[in-house]
Amino acid sequence: MTETLMVSIYIFVLATFVGVEVISKVPPLLHTPLMSGSNAISGITIVGSLIAAGEGHGGLSVILGMVAVVFAMINVVGGFMVTDRMLKMFKKQSPKPPDSNK
Amino acid sequence: MNVITALAYLLASVLFIVSLKMLSSPKTARQGNLLGALAMLIAIVVTLLDQRILDFTYILIGLLIGSALGLIMAKNVQMTGMPQMVGVLNGFGGGASTLVAFSEYLRLSGDTSLTVWTNTSVTMDVLITIVLSLLIGTVTFVGSMVASSKLQGIMKSAPILYPMQKQTNTAMLLAVIVMGVFFVLDPSKWFLLVLIIGVSIILGVTSVIPIGGADMPVVISLMNSYSGLAGAMTGFVISNNVLIIAGTLVGTSGIILTKIMCKAMNRSLANVLFAGVGADYAAGTTTSETRTVIRYTPDDAAYMLENAQSVIIVPGYGLAVAQAQHVLQELASMLASQGALVRYAIHPVAGRMPGHMNVLLAEANEPYDLLMEMDQINDDFQNTDVALVIGANDVVNPAARTKKESPLYGMPILNVDQARTVMVVKRSLNPGFAGEDNDLFYDKKTMMVFGDAKTVVTGIVQLLKK
Repeated sequence: MTETLMVSIYIFVLATFVGVEVISKVPPLLHTPLMSGSNAISGITIVGSLIAAGEGHGGLSVILGMVAVVFAMINVVGGFMVTDRMLKMFKKQSPKPPDSNK
Repeated sequence: MNVITALAYLLASVLFIVSLKMLSSPKTARQGNLLGALAMLIAIVVTLLDQRILDFTYILIGLLIGSALGLIMAKNVQMTGMPQMVGVLNGFGGGASTLVAFSEYLRLSGDTSLTVWTNTSVTMDVLITIVLSLLIGTVTFVGSMVASSKLQGIMKSAPILYPMQKQTNTAMLLAVIVMGVFFVLDPSKWFLLVLIIGVSIILGVTSVIPIGGADMPVVISLMNSYSGLAGAMTGFVISNNVLIIAGTLVGTSGIILTKIMCKAMNRSLANVLFAGVGADYAAGTTTSETRTVIRYTPDDAAYMLENAQSVIIVPGYGLAVAQAQHVLQELASMLASQGALVRYAIHPVAGRMPGHMNVLLAEANEPYDLLMEMDQINDDFQNTDVALVIGANDVVNPAARTKKESPLYGMPILNVDQARTVMVVKRSLNPGFAGEDNDLFYDKKTMMVFGDAKTVVTGIVQLLKK
């Protein structure tokens, strides 16, 4: 096993704990935006896609890379934009409390 | 990788974590999402500056097409169609992972025409992660597309079952593993990778079709997790930490949401994935005795609501189907202005994905502090004058508490039956997704108002205006 792989596994395991910590604090109210937002983040494969598409060897490898860029970009742009569309609809109640005259 | 690139990727990783952290409150959530987008932009720009990139033609074409398609989808999707949208987006993420892994294999082969494998320096772990990337990425891509077609109604939403289903799926998974082992031992056998992709495609279809429409939210959450894992695997393939971190965050997020959904339905994940609930149950339960319900008109409902001090509204997906959120919001604020305490009780599986109902009500301008979670409000039903159930069924079915043979048994439900009066607006007496008849509708204190949710609520609003 190479050292790079060992480091990668370390990062993977530690990131799991960070993920559990951060995500469990998100209230059910925001679970749909969480899903679409985290979904957009999973579009990070764009990084790998860009490298694959830009290697300049030509041939199948680059074509596959280009399609990967298209896929990952749909994921990224679609994900962040639709999340923003949802989140801007969430508003707190206007100042007048509803049960003040109860 | 030089230091600046590495640090920029680290910055992106940190921003992703902060962005998810900010999603824990509706006040900061929007900035959080924008921060996530910024992190992504940083990662993309840094990658473009990488010396390994020699030709930008294909990159630009890809970026333009992908962004345009993403933009069109995000602008046009209906809020009711959000689960399908997330499913499709997941699918593309998974598909990208597959493509990157295969492309990386071609690059590593040293000869992209695949006639010879000239590279001897590739280590085993890279080969293993390539196989895993292909498997997870492809299953995510195909599975998500099937799940989305079921939700969109392109495919029949009922579970599709056939003999030996579980066994054939297991066999296919084993086949992938065996082929993977042979490939790792001899990486020149590229056709094994093609076969692995082929079997993964079939597996993506056969693992999702036995799952019924009502359980699709769980599948979408699970696919969300897979797409993250696929990203993390790609990170292993190309030794890139930002992919591993971001992918893992998404992977855990999907698993947590899947767990929450399963708990809310009181089912194990295995049960959701393999049981095919809803396929065979409905036939057995239709009892021959005909019970009668008491029908009421919108006039009765309006009178009842006008005199109520406290109202809890229980919205279900039927509300969204009828597009009645906006007029319901009007009714709620009208009742509130007359002095009644009006709140919403949101079941964790209301709608078609976790938190879906909240988004639909937010779209109708309902402030989020009126939207209560099940645990927050369940004890308040007993002190409530009217529980108004609109387009919901299974989540208020008392059979979940009492009827052991019901598929709903054990599911946490909203204690609607404890309210002084229950008002149910529904199109018909048809059972919900689980196929279980609802005793609540036959209760003496239940007022059934039949009709389209929008028509009925609009009627009530007009009567109250007088």
